[in-house]
Amino acid sequence: MSVQNPRAAAPEELAERARRIRLDDLEIVVAAGLGHLGSDYSAIDIITTLYFGVLRFDPADPHAADRDRFVLSKGHSAGALYVALAHAGFIEHDELRTFMQPNSRLNGHPNRRKVPGIETNTGPLGHGLPVAVGIAEAARIRGAGYRTYVLCGDGELQEGSMWEAAMAAGTFGLDNLTLIVDRNMLQQGARTESTMHLDPLDARFRSFGWAVREVDGHDHGALRDVLGATPIEPGRPNCVIAHTTKGKGVSFMSDQVAWHHRVPDADEYRLALGELGAIA
Amino acid sequence: MSTPSAPPVDGVLRFDCRDATVAKLEALAAGDDRVCAVVNDSVGSSKLGQFAKHFPDRLVNVGIAEQNMIGVAAGLANGGMIPFVFGASCFLTARALEQIKVDLAYSGANVKVVGVSSGVAYGELGPTHHSIEDLAWLRAISDLHVVVPADPYATACAVDDAFRTDGPFFIRTSRIPVPAIHDEGSGLPLGRAVQLRDGNDVTIIANGVTVGLALDAAAELAAGSVSARVLDLAWIAPFDAAAVAAAAIETGAIVTVEEAVRTGGLGGAVAEIVADVHPVPVQRLGFDGFAPTGSAAWLLDRSGLHAGGIADAARSVLARKARR
Repeated sequence: MSVQNPRAAAPEELAERARRIRLDDLEIVVAAGLGHLGSDYSAIDIITTLYFGVLRFDPADPHAADRDRFVLSKGHSAGALYVALAHAGFIEHDELRTFMQPNSRLNGHPNRRKVPGIETNTGPLGHGLPVAVGIAEAARIRGAGYRTYVLCGDGELQEGSMWEAAMAAGTFGLDNLTLIVDRNMLQQGARTESTMHLDPLDARFRSFGWAVREVDGHDHGALRDVLGATPIEPGRPNCVIAHTTKGKGVSFMSDQVAWHHRVPDADEYRLALGELGAIA
Repeated sequence: MSTPSAPPVDGVLRFDCRDATVAKLEALAAGDDRVCAVVNDSVGSSKLGQFAKHFPDRLVNVGIAEQNMIGVAAGLANGGMIPFVFGASCFLTARALEQIKVDLAYSGANVKVVGVSSGVAYGELGPTHHSIEDLAWLRAISDLHVVVPADPYATACAVDDAFRTDGPFFIRTSRIPVPAIHDEGSGLPLGRAVQLRDGNDVTIIANGVTVGLALDAAAELAAGSVSARVLDLAWIAPFDAAAVAAAAIETGAIVTVEEAVRTGGLGGAVAEIVADVHPVPVQRLGFDGFAPTGSAAWLLDRSGLHAGGIADAARSVLARKARR
């Protein structure tokens, strides 16, 4: 196997890695004057756990046939993904400074033709899960052992294509596929449940033939245990509903709809640095 | 060699190009286990029954869900397969346009989309089932091959090109029977127009089911001492701008013919090149507006998409050329 085994980082190591990824993400968003910090911070503990505790990959060979696949269906969290890819060795850390600058590879949404480690281009919602279903189905047809993980936003589940894909995954019995729902209860404009009901989310996925686990989306140990021990039930795709807080890690961003894509001003930036434990 | 779909009419055998598509696909699948088919409950309408029998583990049926179908195909390609997606062109291109743009073209996915029963092939079923806007939509998307083959041989060549060339393709096929246009084995280079008849007075540029009609029109014009060049311009993308420029410079008048809306497709592409390079009179034949109820043949006829109508358009554009 050309790809490496899981790094098997301990929960406290994952927590420290996630803290540093939040800090780097803050820097690139403030430098760019653009980004989706609230969405990034909601997902960073999940993304960190995947790259440093679950996924098998080799950054020197990003197209290795037997690599585990990660699809960021909520493509607007590209900033968090780029920082994780830099920490994991896919891109140089210095390149993060080019985030959203003219001609940078690091567009506001990820591009697989430019950035190593990206599996498919996302941005419009509702695209990642269908592609992930195809990736997992290819493994089933070809007898390949890689696993496919896809992270979506909860609001994203209002897109019909997600349920087309959910139906197909259940029908195909893709137990090599894991969907992680970043369940922060907020979408761009308001709370999900005041916009369009998603609950009972677990029952909805079960009724489509999925095995469902609910987990604290900021508990690295719990995330690693559930994501690393799939299938939950043989013959069923895995849905991990990760209960998260949008803007997690910075008090004034937490659970605030405004921080979906707000950029901190100078005072907020200093406060955030302090809360994230930056060395002054 | 293809089997004709019906007895000869006026001594001409005609073929349903779906047969050539699936015959080539089965041959490719037999030689390469990465080749698979993705369908939206469209096994019958795509004529994939034999493929399903021979390669049951390589037929992915996503049900009636075109957006998911394109995404799944992109994922299959990510996993190392070479998917050919089959569905009615009207639903594939309209319902899944964003997936074609993002999951295939922008992502550079190695997926081949076969739009079946395109144009007005579904006739009386009406504008919901007509796919006449597809060329205009798809031509605007970067990094997507778009081809409209005219006959069984050109269809088989297009499927083969798609298999051998990395990246996304859209192959627009019909169920309207067409005559054999190209000699088997003649070789049809990807992205190049094929001159089927030389002429000096006017050039008729056609694709798909209209190529045979264009040849008939050229024969009719020859009887009236008008020398018409005929180009089969199957490739909407990449587009053979050089052949169009040469036609403008050498014949000074152009008629375009397509089973599609008159805006933005083949006619639009030709007009852009002519305006940029060497302005000459151009007349574009195709459809205007949503079609009334009628058979495919009747709809083609009423829009001038028949030999006489194309010849009339040629004479009209020649008159404009003479006034210049």
